Amino acid sequence: MTNLQRDALIDPLFNNNPIALQVLGICSALAVTTKMSTAFVMTLAVIFVILASNTAVSLIRNYIPSSIRIIVQLTIIASLVIITDQVLKAFVYDISKQLSVFVGLIITNCIVMGRAEAYAMQNPPGLSAIDGIGNGFGYGIILMAVAFFRELFGSGKLFGLTVLTPVNEGGWYVTNGLMVLAPAAFFLIGCFIWAIRGWKPEQNEEDFSVGTLFEPGHEGNLR
Amino acid sequence: MHDTKYTIFFAALVCFVCSIFVAGSAVLLKDLQDANVLLDRQKKVLDVADLVEEGQKLSAIEVNALFEANIQAVVVDLATGETVTDIDPATFDQGKAAKDPATSNAAEENAAKVRRVPNNALIYQVVVEGELTAIIFPIEGAGLWGTLYGFIAVGPDLQTVKGITFYQHKETPGLGGEVDNTRWKSLWQGRHLFDEGGRIALSVNKGQAGSVEEDPYHVDGLSGATLTSRGVTNSIHFWLGEQGFGTYLKAARNGGSI
Repeated sequence: MTNLQRDALIDPLFNNNPIALQVLGICSALAVTTKMSTAFVMTLAVIFVILASNTAVSLIRNYIPSSIRIIVQLTIIASLVIITDQVLKAFVYDISKQLSVFVGLIITNCIVMGRAEAYAMQNPPGLSAIDGIGNGFGYGIILMAVAFFRELFGSGKLFGLTVLTPVNEGGWYVTNGLMVLAPAAFFLIGCFIWAIRGWKPEQNEEDFSVGTLFEPGHEGNLR
Repeated sequence: MHDTKYTIFFAALVCFVCSIFVAGSAVLLKDLQDANVLLDRQKKVLDVADLVEEGQKLSAIEVNALFEANIQAVVVDLATGETVTDIDPATFDQGKAAKDPATSNAAEENAAKVRRVPNNALIYQVVVEGELTAIIFPIEGAGLWGTLYGFIAVGPDLQTVKGITFYQHKETPGLGGEVDNTRWKSLWQGRHLFDEGGRIALSVNKGQAGSVEEDPYHVDGLSGATLTSRGVTNSIHFWLGEQGFGTYLKAARNGGSI
């Protein structure tokens, strides 16, 4: 494996995480992370879609007329998502019922389209495929971590198995209602971004304060 | 730069290739998907009839066998309350019938926000070893995020609830989604549907309800899910009321036979 390939695979995990640094794909990260099993299937679905779309777009990148490139990418992604949805409905019906519309919404997941436009349009199929897997995993890591906390504290379970027996089922654990609502995912993702940036300070944006714009000699900043 | 002709040709080609994949997957997997939907429905019916334990893993064949042995699907005419014999229950789709203007009527305004009521509806009779133990009625109504679809099982006295279950809903997991909670569903068993005047009295109320003997007309509310709780009450009131199975229930009570 060359350095280039390794970077394409490893970078999106923490250095250039699609959720934590690029802040893409937040919508589904809120919606499917109340349970680990749904987050897991969603992760697999996204990895498949992003891998296949990156490869397909990269294969035909030299033939795509630039005036219609976005809609071509979208057509490919949408087709892959529909196929994924059909397969889930046929083989894991219960989980596909829980994921409901969110599988379909992979189409609008900015990560998939972002990687197709930003990476697969410029790089050969092999590298694009690896980049797809890397970004899929980067998305998946955050998704699973968020789901871990939400399911554990929200319903006292992990992968549907009871860990902390909730009061509702005759146990002692008072479930945290906030955890099962969408804002909890926001807080958790915020904490993860904080943690990752504490660990890798180079991800912090440069300090920006309004005052510096108006200091003499900084007029250029206003343009 | 590519010229316009090439661009149009390329767009058409991409669409053609993609459509083959999409259509192919839809056609190839259709049988499996239909089987899944049917199996899921059968499992829920068995669950509400109390013939399987919640969470018990059964193979498709076992589900089918249990269903064949104990459940009889019957199509009833909601207006007359009589059994319809010229429609095959195996192929009758109540959801489809409710959408088709030829086989349904607009509902009067109701709290369950049901828009159309089908002329005929599908109920299940649970017959264990030749003895009728319960009748299962389909119910549906608006919850918080979407429509709750489920079944309520009623004993042969047409008064005692045997069980309730929902097979499709969009409620918040952990809050309204607790309609799937086994412990909550078990609270329904033995509750009474109708008061002395024959009106539906059963409802989901905020807070805790008493035991079945002391407080037969109430079920514990779901905490943090007032609208879902109300939705459950509303759907029962609608479907077992006059616009729903009211006539059938009346006929069954008077005729003595079901």
